[in-house]
Amino acid sequence: MSLLRTRGLTRRFDGLTAVEDVDFDLPEGQVRALIGPNGAGKTTFVSMLCGRIWPTCGTVEFAGRDVSALPAHKRIALGMAYTFQITSVFPRLTVAENVGLAARRVRLEGEGARLAQALKRVGLGAHHKALAGDLSYGHQRLLEIAMGLAQEPRLLILDEPTQGLTDAEIDAFKALVRALKAATTILLIEHNMSVVMEVADRVTVLDFGKVLAEGPPAAIRADRAVQAAYLGAPA
Amino acid sequence: MNEGLGKSAALHVGLIVVLAAIQFVLPEYHQGNLARIMVLAGYAAGYNILFGYTGLLSLGHALFFAAGMYGMGLSIRLLDAAPAPALLAGLAAGAVVSLVIGVLALRTAGVAFMIVTLMFAQAGYLTILLMGAYTRGDEGFVISQAQRVMWGIDLSDPVNRYYAALILFAACLLVTLRLLRTRFGRALIAIRENEERARMLGYDVFRLKLGAVVISGTMSAASGAAYGLLFGYAGAGFASVQYSIFPLLWVLLGGAGTALGPFVGTLFMFYLIDLSSGLTTAYMLVAGVVLVLVTLFAPQGLAGELRRRAWRWLP
Ligand SMILES: Nc1ncnc2c1ncn2[C@@H]1O[C@H](COP(=O)(O)OP(=O)(O)O)[C@@H](O)[C@H]1O
Ligand SMILES: [Mg+2]
Repeated sequence: MSLLRTRGLTRRFDGLTAVEDVDFDLPEGQVRALIGPNGAGKTTFVSMLCGRIWPTCGTVEFAGRDVSALPAHKRIALGMAYTFQITSVFPRLTVAENVGLAARRVRLEGEGARLAQALKRVGLGAHHKALAGDLSYGHQRLLEIAMGLAQEPRLLILDEPTQGLTDAEIDAFKALVRALKAATTILLIEHNMSVVMEVADRVTVLDFGKVLAEGPPAAIRADRAVQAAYLGAPA
Repeated sequence: MNEGLGKSAALHVGLIVVLAAIQFVLPEYHQGNLARIMVLAGYAAGYNILFGYTGLLSLGHALFFAAGMYGMGLSIRLLDAAPAPALLAGLAAGAVVSLVIGVLALRTAGVAFMIVTLMFAQAGYLTILLMGAYTRGDEGFVISQAQRVMWGIDLSDPVNRYYAALILFAACLLVTLRLLRTRFGRALIAIRENEERARMLGYDVFRLKLGAVVISGTMSAASGAAYGLLFGYAGAGFASVQYSIFPLLWVLLGGAGTALGPFVGTLFMFYLIDLSSGLTTAYMLVAGVVLVLVTLFAPQGLAGELRRRAWRWLP
């Protein structure tokens, strides 16, 4: 059964249609990559899933329930987690406090082991006392992911998580996604094709706000329309 | 974190103990001043919950202070209530007014929130003036010594009044410190630091902010009620814009988002004006210059500066 389902999802900004009439089905347990050129509408699409912005029209169903009218906090309570493309942490709070807020638990001391686990999984274990704002850009990206993990979501939405990471960190990220797969459904916006090819079960391609193609990674890579969208060459 | 907790407890309990003890040696003039400062520091502590910890700048807190003062004062004046139920009436008035204002004003943010809270407070001030038949408007009304005897304790007596003010202040400080240890308090700080992030972590930002307005407004009202009862007077001046600006200044000076800041700022500002007005008639100029200097050299306020330089654990 689909964990997530959209029908006719559309968002217009003034004259611009950023996302147009998207029907999307994501089965439970799958790692789905969402790719497409810059400005294709990927961030806008996932923002409507988690309630960050409202759609112009269309519906979102999560876990068999129509969540289209629910505000963000209620969708997140149902088990969605969203990580920002443009890093958004609490810069004046410590790394541990950031993750603690994500876990929505107060007693950081008591939950220490749990939080340490989320930090360790992204390789930030040694930095828990640092202020989030003092971390390097790459480490802030990792903290963003850790904040997603700490929520222990059913659906984890990651918006370009590997942007700005080193090769070693990207390898660690791939391993992390594979490890999460058993427990979490993942929707991953990703520009790095090696990540897409290695971790995604299926790929959806968005172009000018519409679904251009969908299929297994290898088929998508071979698809001429997709190549055209990326390279700007005629199909 | 636990080590910080111990230090914080020692510091704040220490302050209360010092304030309790110092009463024995203070000249009567300063004893009266300090009683006033402690009640006003309670008001500033209430303001700090919303401004310092939640990041919402209100320009209308005089409305909450006055709701407490008049809720208490009018219960005594019109209903002949005893002090304890009158204080409770003041608290209740503050809670209701802040709930209503919160629901309406929190539809806005930033500058609009400042303006909306300012307008509501002005409306409250005008209401007090217009209802002169009950409130005696600008002139206000006195609460007599006989009406200020609570459970056999005469609150017009300087020593009793001092300890009553200390109890109020200690309660406000305790509520603040306790709040910071709760999930609710941590969420308020998250909103202050990055509201959009807090929202997308699943926090119900509107409800949390409303909670902050009500706690802040009720604490301010408690101080307004206590002020009226301890000093025996309620007047429309306490509902004026000036009384909305005061807590902002006190908190900025003392350190927004520090538990100690409201007291430090109130104490500092009170004596700054008191001392400079003894020296020169241009005392507002002297006070102004000192304020500018503090803002330049301690932009996070006195307690904020202390936290930045030395005591990182300061809550
Ligand atoms: N808040 C907004 N207001 C106006 N236009 C927007 C807004 N957000 C996105 N857009 C536009 O919508 C289109 C899709 O943007 P986005 O979803 O960020 O694309 P992607 O994430 O695929 O790069 C772009 O043309 C972008 O300029
Ligand atoms: Mg994007």
